Amino acid sequence: MQSFSHTLHQIYARFLPEPNMETLFWLSVTLAVFALGVRLQIRLDRAPWANPVLFAIAFVALGLLVTETPYATYFQSVKIINFLLGPATVALAIPLADSIRLVTRSLPAMTLALLAGSITSVVSGVLLVLLLGGSHDVALSMAPKAVTTPIAIAITTQIGGIPALTAAFAILGGIIAAMIGETTLRRLGITDWRAHGLAAGIAGSGIAAAQVAQRDPVGAAFAALGIGLNGLVTAIIVPLILYFLPG
Amino acid sequence: MPEAFLILILFQLVGSALQTVLHLPVPGPVIGMFLLAAALLWKRSRIRADKPASSFDTPALSSLSRSLIACLGLLFVPAGVGLVTQMPVLLANGLPIAVALFGSTLLGLMVTAFVMHRATRDRPSPERIPDTGGQVL
Repeated sequence: MQSFSHTLHQIYARFLPEPNMETLFWLSVTLAVFALGVRLQIRLDRAPWANPVLFAIAFVALGLLVTETPYATYFQSVKIINFLLGPATVALAIPLADSIRLVTRSLPAMTLALLAGSITSVVSGVLLVLLLGGSHDVALSMAPKAVTTPIAIAITTQIGGIPALTAAFAILGGIIAAMIGETTLRRLGITDWRAHGLAAGIAGSGIAAAQVAQRDPVGAAFAALGIGLNGLVTAIIVPLILYFLPG
Repeated sequence: MPEAFLILILFQLVGSALQTVLHLPVPGPVIGMFLLAAALLWKRSRIRADKPASSFDTPALSSLSRSLIACLGLLFVPAGVGLVTQMPVLLANGLPIAVALFGSTLLGLMVTAFVMHRATRDRPSPERIPDTGGQVL
């Protein structure tokens, strides 16, 4: 009997696919560091500047450096987390549908704010780079940075920017907006979640929207709209604006 | 819960298919988001007392969505770590990049929120931000 179970175990051990230790390791590190970042932020009275996304990115990047792991290997391991971004974006439909009365009531205001915000974001990004002596490539890559990353990359390819650089700018811009957005707007006396959500969606895309969405469902609805509509508007206005800009 | 996840994935699939077929400049999940919101609103507008509740507008869907939105930040970490591959370019143009990112993001935020705030001021805002706001979702 014992030899039978021993044989079974041997067959099991032989045919069990080797668990992918590397995948589990980097998944654990990413989840653990992000969870730690969230705890830290709660400890600091939920200060927006203590952004868990930035915390996790910095920590994991350091980990890759120390272990000499290439980014491609890391990304392969945490692809499942990246994959969930799609369903999570679709999930923003629920707060949007829940707050539809508020949304339709402020439709004219939203249109105005959307156009003003998109144009400001594109023009100021390009002009600031050129004024400070940055290269033309960098300026072009900066133009669509406020848009959600897949749209930003499509736009930047169309106008001749560098896709990888635009992706980096979109992430960094999102982190900046998430870190200082709420505090800055409150200081300006803006206490309405509709304005906070829309601004986060338009100027900071996904990462800033994530910060607002965790705080308020109405903010989540307006951030979802901001992301979607800003993508459309920016795709149309960027080529137009660049036509009139110097360079 | 499996049905709820299926709904999110199906709407993402339909959104992505539409994007490919119609060559839309908007990513599939964003199209899926608009479609799901429209489907939910359509379902809700047809709800009557004598009819059974909707088959997909379920508490499971809203609780799954809450969970996903609550950890939305985590989902940006894998792509964010990709910044390490751009370090040489970022450092070579350090000053203009830093100033433009900060300045333009801040300006975009302030202009959007300010216009929205001014344009909705006449109508009372139902939600005010408490000074010590907690995690709502």
